[in-house]
Order: sequence, then C-alpha cells, then structure tokens
Amino acid sequence: MSSENGAILALDRVSVSFGGLLAVSDFDFTIRKGELVGLIGPNGAGKTTVFNIITGQYEPVSGKVFFRGQDITGWRPDRVTRAGIARTFQNMRLFEDLTVLDNVLVAQHCRLRSSMLAAALNLPSYVKEEGLARQKAMKVLDRVGLAELAHTQAGSLPYGQQRRVEIARALATDPEVLLLDEPAAGMNPEETARLMEFICRVRDEFGLTILLIEHDMKLVMGICERIRVIDYGMSIAEGTPLEIQGNPKVISAYLGEEGNGYA
Amino acid sequence: MSDKFRKTLLTIIFIGFLFVVAWLADTYLDEYVMRVVRTGLVYITAAVSYNLINGIAGQFSLGPNGFMALGGYMVALLMLPLEQKEFVWFLQPLIWPFRVFSFAKPFFPLAVALGGVAGALGALVVGVPSLRLRGDYLAIATFGFSQIIIVLANNLIPVTNGALGIKGIPEYANVYQCLAWAIVTVLVISNLANSSYGRAMKSIRDDEVAAEAMGIPIFKHKLLAFVVSGFFAGVAGGLMASLITTVSPSFFSFSMTFNLLIIIVLGGLGSITGSTITAFGFTIVSEALRFVESPIDIGPIHIPGISGMRMLVFSLLLVLLMIFCRRGLFGQKEISWDYVLSRFGNCSQGVRTCPQKTEQS
Repeated sequence: MSSENGAILALDRVSVSFGGLLAVSDFDFTIRKGELVGLIGPNGAGKTTVFNIITGQYEPVSGKVFFRGQDITGWRPDRVTRAGIARTFQNMRLFEDLTVLDNVLVAQHCRLRSSMLAAALNLPSYVKEEGLARQKAMKVLDRVGLAELAHTQAGSLPYGQQRRVEIARALATDPEVLLLDEPAAGMNPEETARLMEFICRVRDEFGLTILLIEHDMKLVMGICERIRVIDYGMSIAEGTPLEIQGNPKVISAYLGEEGNGYA
Repeated sequence: MSDKFRKTLLTIIFIGFLFVVAWLADTYLDEYVMRVVRTGLVYITAAVSYNLINGIAGQFSLGPNGFMALGGYMVALLMLPLEQKEFVWFLQPLIWPFRVFSFAKPFFPLAVALGGVAGALGALVVGVPSLRLRGDYLAIATFGFSQIIIVLANNLIPVTNGALGIKGIPEYANVYQCLAWAIVTVLVISNLANSSYGRAMKSIRDDEVAAEAMGIPIFKHKLLAFVVSGFFAGVAGGLMASLITTVSPSFFSFSMTFNLLIIIVLGGLGSITGSTITAFGFTIVSEALRFVESPIDIGPIHIPGISGMRMLVFSLLLVLLMIFCRRGLFGQKEISWDYVLSRFGNCSQGVRTCPQKTEQS
C-alpha cells in the first residue's frame, strides 16, 4: 500500500459499522494517479460511506486509508481536504446565502496564509492575498463556464448550474483527487452528456484523479476507465466498463432484471 | 485600486463628520440627551460584537452579558481611585494587584482595552468546551457559563464586592470615547466579516459539513469569532461601567443579553448595518418609552407604574417581527459605499451590492 505502484489513494481492508450493522466490510480499493474510476452499486450498498471514510467523515472500525502513501485514517475532514482530496455531495451542500464567487473563495480559505488580525485590520499583505484569491477564483469559474454568474447568489441558480458550482468549489481547494458523489443526479440526458464532457475536461486541465459515484449507467460506462461494484458493503466486481457489463455477478446483484438493457 | 482609495477616503470623511456631529451634540444638547446618545453608542459596540458570533458565524450564544460583566469589572478595578477602593471594600480588602494602583484618566482607553482582553479570555475559556455543541445545546451551555460569571460576581467579594457592586467609577466614557470604540468595533468586525475569515464563518453558519469538507477547521473558526466577539463585548461592558459609574451583578444580568438579542434579531442576523442602526434606535426608543412605566390614568382606569413595562413593548415587537419580517429589518444586507455610490448614480467600477436574499414569506 504505497505510492510505488502508482497508487495515489488506497483503502486497505476498511470496515465501518453503524450500531452493529456493517455498512462497509473489508473493503480494498486502489486508485492510481490520473485515473477516472467509477464506484457503482444498488441503493444503500455503501458507496457514499466509502466516500465518507476517505474524507474523514467516518472513522473506520478497522483498516486504513492511504493518500500518497501516507496513512490518513482518522484525520478530520478539513485536514483531508487540505492534504488534497476534495469532494462534492450527493445532495449538494452549497452555501446558498453566499454568491457563487464567495462559494469558491471559501474553498480557498484553507490555503490562506494571512492571520485573522491582518484580515480584520485590512493590512496590505492580506489585501494582496485576497486579490490573488479572487483572481484565482475567477479563473476557476471561467474554466467551468460560470464567470458571468460570479455575483449571483448560489441558492438562486438552476439545479444543473449549482452542480457545476459545487465542482468548481471543490476544484478551488487545489485537490489532487476529486470525489464526485452522483454528479448527474437530477439531470436530464442532455445535461448529463455535457457533464460527462465537463468531467473529462476538468480531469485533463487540472491533472486530477477522479473517483465518482453514479447511478447513470451511460455516464459511468461512457467515461470511467475502471469500475468497482459494491453491494451490501462488499466489493463484488472490478473491471473495465465492458467487463462489468458482462459480469454475471453484477447483473444478478445490481442490474437485476432491469439491467438487461445495459448488459 | 483607485476605487478602494476612494472608499477609504469616504470612510475617513464620514468618521470625521461623525465626530463633528458628536462635538455639536456635546456642545448644544443637554446632559440627559447626551447620556442616551452615549448609551446608544455603547449598545452599538455590544450589539455588533454579538452579531459576529450569532449572525455571521451562526453560533447561537447567550453569553454576552457574562463577557460584558468581565469587561465592566475589569475597568472598575483599574479605574476606581484608591481612596474609593478602600471605601467600597470595607468588609473584605480588595485583592492584591488592584489594591495598590489605579489608572489615571489618560489611561482610560487602555483600561477599556484591558476590559476587552478580559472579555476575550472569558470567551476563550467558555468557548473551548461549549463550542463543540451546536444550536440549542450551545445556547444552553453559554447561558450557563454567563450565569456562572454572574454568580461569581455575586460571591467573589474580594474582587467584585459582591451584590453591592462597585460604586464611584469615574465617568470618563464621554461621547468621543464611546463613538471611537463604536467606530473601531464596526470597522474591525465588518472588515472581518468581509474577509476570507468572515466568509469561512458564514460558510460554517450555512452548512457545517460542507465548510469542513472545504478544508475549514470548524472549531478554530468558531472560537475565533467567539473570542473577537468576547473582546468587544468586554469593551462595551467597560464603557458601560464608566458611563453609569457603577457595576453590579444585577446590571449585567441575563436581561442585558435579551436586549442585545432583540437588537440583532430586529436589525437582521448577520447585518452589521442593521445591528448598528437598531442598537442606537433601541436605546432611544427605550428611553422614549419610559412613560409607559409611570402611573397612567385613562379615564376612570388607573394603571400604577410598573417597571419592566417597556420590555413588554419590545417583546411584542419581537413577536410581530417574527411573524411578519423574519429576517429582521435589514436581513443580511449591508449599506456599503458600493451601495451608497450606486444609489446616488455615481457609479463606480465593479459596483456590487451584497447578496440580497429575497423574502421568504
């Protein structure tokens, strides 16, 4: 479990339980730098739980999480983010009262070096840093195509754009690994198609490693290089989209009868 | 950057203007009116500091009366003349360092600042255990801590002279001192609120989980807001002590927090402009309402004077506000130079008013 084999993120036999119920058990997972990996599974399979373990929201009862070879098990979420793992949420958690720009600026706060005193007194050192942060935030917004909406209140945007703001916000923390929790949820096919292209572009432009949870099979099969299937907290299959589509275990456990269309 | 320079200049001119107004008022208005004005200015300091923790960081604290008490007692202990100290502590002697010295008049601002430090330290001690809680639990914990401070004030006779309080504090808190501290408070807290730290605090208010996922150490930022708020609450307490020349546990009771809560909710949680204006307005209205506490005869009905009737008016006002205008008079809006300039047609580049929340109801 080190970075020698190119692994940027690795889960080593991780288990989490809620009141005796094992939500995730003995989960092994390795992601190499630059990969775009999908994590799929039926509802309640434990996909988001895996995210929450990686980002420190949950502490595993056993097992370890490694990021760039460093053991990050039990780190607080803010520390994990500062280390270089950013995430989005399934049910979008934008700061709705703040503007789009402020949402992105909040994400840069963790890189701020000025002290609070410098900020409260508006000292030149702080003013300069704030100016740079704004420039960078605008750049990020520009790259995700939201520059015109910078001063709009985030909560007032249409759904698809809020999703974009959330990704922009995650990008502004300067991550190496980006975790996307159902980025296409609630999107129509056209929006989803644009999102697919967007995710690929973002990965290339920002040099990211992306792990995403998604129910939209077209998106997952379309852009992921590798897919991991999880059911009842256990890993049941891993492989390329083609392999997963032909895997009988996956078909019976996850895709079931309705899966015929995909398989 | 010339835009920024212009705003700084406007701010300086405006501050100068306020001092001129203060001078005119001090020269031409009578002592009673000036006392109301000074009280209003101190309430601005207290309310704006309270708004930082409650409105901007979104942590429901019920502790400012405790921190104001700390500041008030600090200033009392530092400023009370030595002979007065001997006179006040006739039962038990005052504890050591304060027994042997007392600040001269020019050091009054220093004493007020040290009152602020006392408030900040108090906030640190209260904040470390209680800011791990959220919402109602935090409110109860901070309420408990402020009660502890008042109980201590009642019983630590060698420091506070107990329930009798400390009388004869020199009245150095003139209108200029009160105005200067109010301006410092508003400037520092609005700078902070508009800075990266302020954004981080607002993000914690909006969504703690998301803020943490953005790499913001939640606890640290709550504590920062709490300590800064405690500092200026201490300052307000210190000024108040000098203004009314006496401190006692009953003066800093929970009703002080209640007043401040009315002010910041009335003005709009998170709006510094709102807190400033309502703090001043509240003081004036509450003076104007004194008549409701005196005996009134309406035809054959005789209402005896009931002290506390004013609070009934404010409580009713609060109820009405919660029904008809839940976000207060200003919501989260601010009157900034950008706003003023755009209002008067003198459009500057990059004009941006604060995000305006549309009324929900």
